Amino acid sequence: MERMSSVRGQVDGAREQPRPGQGRRGRAGDVVEPLIFELGSEGRRGYSLPECDVPERRIEDLIPPECLRRDEPHLPEVSEVEVIRHFTRLSQLNYGVDVGFYPLGSCTMKYNPKVNEDVAGLPGFTRLHPYEPEELVQGALELMYELEGYLAAISGMTRVTLQPAAGAHGELTGLMMIKAYHEHRGEGGRRRKVIIPDSAHGTNPASATLCGYQVVEVKSDERGGVDIADLRALAGEDTAALMLTNPNTLGLFDENIVEIARIVHDSGGLLYYDGANMNATLGIARPGDMGFDVVHFNLHKTFSTPHGGGGPGAGPVGVKAALEPFLPVPTVEREVIPGEPAEREPGRGYGGRDGSAGQGGGENGGAERVRYWLNFDRPLSIGRIRSFYGNFGVLVKAYAYIRALGAGGLRRVAENAVLNANYVMRRLSGHYILPYDRHCKHEFVLSGKDLAEHGIHTMDVAKALLDYGFHAPTIYFPDIIKEAIMIEPTETEPKEMLDAFVDAMIDIKERAAREPEKLKAAPETTVVGRLDEVTAARRPKLRWSLSTHSGPGS
Amino acid sequence: MNYPEDLRYSKKHEWIRIDGRRATVGITQYAQDQLGAVVGIDLPEIGKAVERDEELADIDSMKTADVIYAPVSGTVVEVNSTLEEHPEYINDDPYGEGWICVLEVADPGEVDSLMTAGEYEAFVRGLRAE
Repeated sequence: MERMSSVRGQVDGAREQPRPGQGRRGRAGDVVEPLIFELGSEGRRGYSLPECDVPERRIEDLIPPECLRRDEPHLPEVSEVEVIRHFTRLSQLNYGVDVGFYPLGSCTMKYNPKVNEDVAGLPGFTRLHPYEPEELVQGALELMYELEGYLAAISGMTRVTLQPAAGAHGELTGLMMIKAYHEHRGEGGRRRKVIIPDSAHGTNPASATLCGYQVVEVKSDERGGVDIADLRALAGEDTAALMLTNPNTLGLFDENIVEIARIVHDSGGLLYYDGANMNATLGIARPGDMGFDVVHFNLHKTFSTPHGGGGPGAGPVGVKAALEPFLPVPTVEREVIPGEPAEREPGRGYGGRDGSAGQGGGENGGAERVRYWLNFDRPLSIGRIRSFYGNFGVLVKAYAYIRALGAGGLRRVAENAVLNANYVMRRLSGHYILPYDRHCKHEFVLSGKDLAEHGIHTMDVAKALLDYGFHAPTIYFPDIIKEAIMIEPTETEPKEMLDAFVDAMIDIKERAAREPEKLKAAPETTVVGRLDEVTAARRPKLRWSLSTHSGPGS
Repeated sequence: MNYPEDLRYSKKHEWIRIDGRRATVGITQYAQDQLGAVVGIDLPEIGKAVERDEELADIDSMKTADVIYAPVSGTVVEVNSTLEEHPEYINDDPYGEGWICVLEVADPGEVDSLMTAGEYEAFVRGLRAE
């Protein structure tokens, strides 16, 4: 309990809220907060129940013996204040976008407006059960129908499935539809290859492999885009698809996209758009207009729902008309039933996604009723790819975000994301190597390879940033850049924050020459210092067991 | 960097040591340095037949995940299963305890097309200059 009480003393004694990364500190490997199983004492409770007012029965009379456990379950025995302090302390050990700057490239860690949480928390949504009949969940279905329409309009696609649980799941769903499309045309046997750039997200080749495709890598050219000559050589009658992120993981927009689309389509293949970087093009350019046939969205990135730490996310997939028959079931459909009186109050409608005014309310005078329903009758569908209807709460948050910003607001998201990234890139470009010196989109990649002369690597820069109170950027990705540092500031950061981050990066660069040994020891102000990540990866300890520790309260 | 004279080298940074029809395969000093600390390896199954340049094994390091390719065509006849417990051998002793597997060579002629130590050293110098 020695270490524990010292931790507790610092937290309780602190007058000011400790800044992220400051305050409690232990050596790597120290326990900075015990497990709740290690807290408390035998018999201690955080609840009191009223007297039992029904006849008591023995558990053995109710449950067959083979289903009864023989040992005590070893549940934590703690008081309310112990529980509250434990979880409050854990939350203080965490670093998130609500705490500070989080420039994790390719992850779009923008601030998520809290109104989204309020909307998703409305009891009309939270108390729904997925088994409720359609007529009792018309509002939820309407929201899904409208969100599908918004996403289709934003991406330039015909229809969208909301089911996939996250981006990689969306990739798999999209590829399954591409496969179904080729098979339906009798070309499934020979179209076995998916072309993927060497700068792609690792999920692209993983999804293609999982879908049974052979992955072929296309090189990047000297401007960081797809090497057109290489693509021409690779595309052929065995091509199922090209998977592309545009802008790519270097944050660079591929200006040859129209030519790329022509080459792939001429070969009979389809174009898949990895929507991870959609924050750069929102409201400005549409994948559908660039020639893409399938698009996935990361609602948890672009459309501002909290992510990191395991989700949940949502990875809807949009398709052009040719792929619509293969969409997962069910789809949400809308139908107008004529001649019946409107049930909705007048003036509540705000326009259907097809531009029609109102949901048949009295306002437009029509005596009609709108009904939403789930369509399972789709014979060419790839089937169901997620239980029920996807991560519905995430859909509600994305819907709220789109409604709050509107078309103009979404465009400003992209404009400011790109402006912020270019501002940070230009301020840093005199200090760090910028391998592709062009305007970037929402993110950019630096190289720390010149720091090697001081024995400093990108990893040390990332660790040192923690001492300045920032989350580290993405590092060592994409691997076509040596010692890569990938920075995505997002649109929600004010200029003062961007400047503070740039100043920290410049300071680290100067310290690399002046005091490399101190950088190699960073971070010094965080809860734990430099962790032995190699041993953690080689010999991970993944399990805590009661028997190896003394019981509660010791 | 150390590149033993008795080995032959591929452009994808594997080495082989020939002993009759048996070829021991590993990755070079340069490759392990580029990967950084190796934390795991997915060894091929014994009996697996591979073509030259086909995937032989997957390797994970702190920095990245990569593929080890077969420098020559052949059949896997032995694997270094101690690497599953001790992936660090690949970093610490890439030409010794860090060996990955033994192939029975299908076409000894393929060996001649691999680089000598001197050729490989020049090849790596070219990569570093990039």
